[in-house]
Amino acid sequence: MTLSSIDALTEKDSDGFGIDVPPDERPVRGRRSLSRNGLIWRRLKAMPRFWIGGSVLTFLVLFAFVGPVLSPYTFSQQDVMYFNYPPTTVHWFGTDQLGHDVLTQVMVGLQKSLMIGFIAGPLATILSALIGSFAGYVGGAADKAIVWFIDLMLVLPAFFVLIILYPFFRGASWIVMTFFLALTGWMIMAQVVRSQTRSLRERDFVKAARYMGFGPWSVVTRHIIPNVASLLIIDATLGVGAMILAETSLSFFGFGVQLPDVSLGSLLDAGDAAAVTRPWLFLAPAIVVVVLLLAINLVGDALRDAVDPTSKVNHG
Amino acid sequence: MIVYLLRRVLNYSILTAVVSSLAYVLASLTLNPVHDLESRHPRPPQHVIDNKLDLLGANPDVPLIERTWTWFINIFHGDLGLTVSNHPVTDQLITRGGVSLQLLLVGSIIGAILGVILGVWGAVRQYRASDQVVTYASYLIFATPTFVMGILLMIAATQFNNAIGTQLITFSGQFSADAPTDFWGNLGDRLSHLLLPTIVLILGAAASYSRYQRNAMLDVLGADYIRTARAKGRTRSSALVRHGVRVALIPMSTFFAYSFGTLIAGATLLELVFSWHGMGEQAVQSIQTSDINSIAGATLFVSVLILCSSTLSEVLYAALDPRVRR
Repeated sequence: MTLSSIDALTEKDSDGFGIDVPPDERPVRGRRSLSRNGLIWRRLKAMPRFWIGGSVLTFLVLFAFVGPVLSPYTFSQQDVMYFNYPPTTVHWFGTDQLGHDVLTQVMVGLQKSLMIGFIAGPLATILSALIGSFAGYVGGAADKAIVWFIDLMLVLPAFFVLIILYPFFRGASWIVMTFFLALTGWMIMAQVVRSQTRSLRERDFVKAARYMGFGPWSVVTRHIIPNVASLLIIDATLGVGAMILAETSLSFFGFGVQLPDVSLGSLLDAGDAAAVTRPWLFLAPAIVVVVLLLAINLVGDALRDAVDPTSKVNHG
Repeated sequence: MIVYLLRRVLNYSILTAVVSSLAYVLASLTLNPVHDLESRHPRPPQHVIDNKLDLLGANPDVPLIERTWTWFINIFHGDLGLTVSNHPVTDQLITRGGVSLQLLLVGSIIGAILGVILGVWGAVRQYRASDQVVTYASYLIFATPTFVMGILLMIAATQFNNAIGTQLITFSGQFSADAPTDFWGNLGDRLSHLLLPTIVLILGAAASYSRYQRNAMLDVLGADYIRTARAKGRTRSSALVRHGVRVALIPMSTFFAYSFGTLIAGATLLELVFSWHGMGEQAVQSIQTSDINSIAGATLFVSVLILCSSTLSEVLYAALDPRVRR
């Protein structure tokens, strides 16, 4: 559970920035009527924060994956002429005590953070969709058990669960940690999906499918999940940010990504010791984290407003 | 109403009990408390190691279920076992819990009040410059991990101290080793240490509460009963406060319970950054020293805190919403 994901589920309209009042959506005579996706896209196009967030995000992805190729330094290369150098024209973000180029380090670290976020975020969403819709659709004892289990998972902050589980993924690859992150981040969305499913279950098209003899799995995947898809897309987007935040915190305290892998969190950890005397070591990854999370949140936010300008997800 | 509350509290207590027992089980599965002893050279005799295991209640010959049950029952005797360095966990819990609570209570209460005020203000002045500033600021705060914010403040405070030439803002630990012994001097010293971590917690909490409160308030602003109150002759501000804010606070009380967990996690990280000797530090250290009883104690503490905040939010809900009171 993170601040941004709660915020995602609770915000209701496009009031965040006064600049993007949704375009006029009344059907215009002579114009082809819009499909739902077309409508969402039209609203998105009119939102500056979608373009700002999207282009910053694209830039960061290129920065992480193309940047190291263009960089004159490699990740582990030591420049013996420059130990502990503040930012210069030779090393734009300075160097650390071993002469590593901080800019290249940040690019490589960002790679890992992005991969963790883009795997764990959607994975948590898939989990929440399956669990939430199953609980809401089946009802009865299974539903009660799942709700109780979700409550149970919410009693402890994910950070505590993850550090207790840390010995399980110590020494293992970062991908194991990614799965654990997803496993601790699905509960709130599952609650939302569940309550949506409970109202969808009473709708005629779902009833029809049920009376035609389709089993729970078919009904859920064909009728329930497509109907909450917009919610899920938003959650997955904001989940990427939430997971990157979680990864950064864990790695910063030594419970996450470990050498030889580096992520933004482990770079922050390395830079922390000298944060006061050689601030560039800390500031470079810190600024990248903040800009990255800001961009993801802007896109997720714009997406939410485009999908449903008056959504009341949290009242379901 | 009382019955309803009692039922909720009972439910939360069961959850707390199950969660802390589960934490004990998980910790027992993942941590080996005699790892340190076993890797010593020369390796201590087996009976020393066994003794230590018995002392910690972590002897692998006893089934895990039985160990967990013993640990659980002992809670009611005020005994949470020993840490690997043979101190009672209960003592540790009391001193460290107090430290954490200092940070948490001040941060969450001021943060919540500030967030609610900013949220209401933002809703009333929707799209004005002040609303935009608060909105952009809260976006920036959401995007900044708590520990990054903490360290940035530390860098800023160092610059500030250097600029004015004295150590005005101190930020390491809860108090200085050479703190003045008289009451006011001591209090001042502690407050000076509390300043930076509390600012971070307040900013984080206020950012999320204000977004939420703003939305709840916007919903309420257009409601008929506000117009009725105005038509009756109430002034705008009185109608907004008496009828608007009160209703808009109802969903907030649920959010309060949810966000408290996030706040605790944030405070844990801040304790480490600012080297406060609180529960968060205990949790992290106990993983590093493979200390089962200590991590189980820390989880118990956190889950009890969440139990209290959930109960409090139920009470708040009932106090604000007469429909629940029956």
